Amino acid sequence: MSNFFISIDPLSFLADPLSHEFMRRALMVSALVGAVCGLLSCYMTLKGWALMGDAVSHAVMPGVVVAYALGLPFSIGAFVFGVGSVALIGFVKQKSRIKEDTVIGLVFTGFFALGLVLVSKIKSNIDLMHILFGSPLGTSQSDVNQTLIISFIVVMILLVFGKDLMLYCFDPTHARSIGINTGLLHYLLLSVLSLTAVVGLQTVGIILVVAMLITPGATAYLLTDRFDRMTILAVLSSVISSILGVYISYWSDIETGGSIVLVQTFIFLIAFLFAPRYGILKNQSKIS
Amino acid sequence: MIIKNNSTGPYRIEADQVCVDYNGTVALYDASLKVKPGSICGLVGMNGAGKSTFFKALMGFVRPSRGKIKINGVPVSKAQGDQAVAYVPQSEGIDCSFPVSVWDVVMMGLYGSMNFLRIPRESDRRAVWHALERVDLIDLRKRPIGTLSGGQRKRTFLARAIAQRASVLLLDEPFSGVDVPTEKLMSELFLQFRQEGRTILISTHDLSHVRDFCDLVVLINKTVLAYGETSEVFTSENLNMTFGGLPPDPLFGSTSLDKDNFSNE
Ligand SMILES: Nc1ncnc2c1ncn2[C@@H]1O[C@H](COP(=O)(O)OP(=O)(O)O)[C@@H](O)[C@H]1O
Ligand SMILES: [Mg+2]
Repeated sequence: MSNFFISIDPLSFLADPLSHEFMRRALMVSALVGAVCGLLSCYMTLKGWALMGDAVSHAVMPGVVVAYALGLPFSIGAFVFGVGSVALIGFVKQKSRIKEDTVIGLVFTGFFALGLVLVSKIKSNIDLMHILFGSPLGTSQSDVNQTLIISFIVVMILLVFGKDLMLYCFDPTHARSIGINTGLLHYLLLSVLSLTAVVGLQTVGIILVVAMLITPGATAYLLTDRFDRMTILAVLSSVISSILGVYISYWSDIETGGSIVLVQTFIFLIAFLFAPRYGILKNQSKIS
Repeated sequence: MIIKNNSTGPYRIEADQVCVDYNGTVALYDASLKVKPGSICGLVGMNGAGKSTFFKALMGFVRPSRGKIKINGVPVSKAQGDQAVAYVPQSEGIDCSFPVSVWDVVMMGLYGSMNFLRIPRESDRRAVWHALERVDLIDLRKRPIGTLSGGQRKRTFLARAIAQRASVLLLDEPFSGVDVPTEKLMSELFLQFRQEGRTILISTHDLSHVRDFCDLVVLINKTVLAYGETSEVFTSENLNMTFGGLPPDPLFGSTSLDKDNFSNE
């Protein structure tokens, strides 16, 4: 990454990549995935489901492999294994005295290991690196279609059930006492998580999906005390990170998933330092 | 003040021989109770007597191994769907740094009667405003709940119950950890609720409240020891039985056992 940023004028920095079909696709998919993950990340961070997000995103791995082997859309395999892992976590937790975070760690690493073994055993043209690290620059039209469909479903669910899910995260007892079916909401949120992990996987890969699912929410949480603003900020920061990440990846020839997540982390750091009310610099000046 | 009254029977709360156990350990057995509209019933017992368990059973949050429960003459889940029950747990068990304001929390009391997308109507906003006025929190309506004191938070949850217009209020230890002005405000509210025809079940281990405004008292220690009009039930003999033989201190309105008893909360 030599002197790109000096030698390229801003206009061509933005416009050049758009002349390539694969870049237009990558930008669109990444931005869309960013928006969906950003929206969901608010619920994940508030519900305290960061580890759950990590677990589900890893657990979908064997599903992806099996789906490829059977010639199914990989989102279906991923969804089945994502939801399956969650059900298994619930089951083991209920039936044993092991603490929840231990169970989560145990189940998802088991699933992930199964996925690795399957990749090495099943003859297929799956590129392990693509699953692990994502490949938005190599997105095919059918991938785009899948992402579009899943994103639409997820966004619709989050829009229709948004208030109920927020109440469920905040005060499940009250939700139940006014006759809301919280069991249903629990599984709805987990299903949405599985679906989102599937689309996120395409952009940043299994390993980094969890960043997409928590960092935007965490950033937004530092910036506001209102839930509606938090969702807007999370989606904004997530979309900006995706687009900026893809551009930076293009111009400096670095790995795209890593680039997107690094931009997210950078935005988080800025919020962490300078957030008007909750930034650490603000706190220090209050004390002194 | 209109409250949701879908009552089909003469009783608002009916529990018949309710038993609850936690993995085989009995927490409550043969607990029966009937409360009429427009009355305040005090649920009195020491720590671990099963008061919170009773509330959870009434709300259907723990499944009784035996016994029947009805609210407004219908099963609890039906009553909950009718928005007829409001429950304020002993500790709200909420994340206090959640990004919602006092206003938002009170509005949550109305979700059950809103449309599918939970979009507030003008009447909902008026109900929230009115509820906040009654608990004297109107000036704090925009505050994030994380910035409230314990007493202010309790009042917020009471306002939510008011906004819900529930006819049955289940309040688990509403007075624990609140200051004197809040306590006064709450007592006055409860008396108003009674006048509006609501039924309130309040658990407490502070006997002075019971004398002040409960029409009925239930003394419990894993089961209902005594139940009836306050004047009849509040005998020192009954109280001795309830508090495990230790006489309650009439001046401080609680028992010595209460303070050093290990608590599960
Ligand atoms: N979730 C639970 N699991 C197991 N035992 C419990 C649980 N909740 C309460 N208990 C037990 O049930 C008994 C009654 O508790 P509780 O209803 O909280 O009493 P109170 O509210 O009167 O202080 C206590 O002995 C307590 O240890
Ligand atoms: Mg209790």
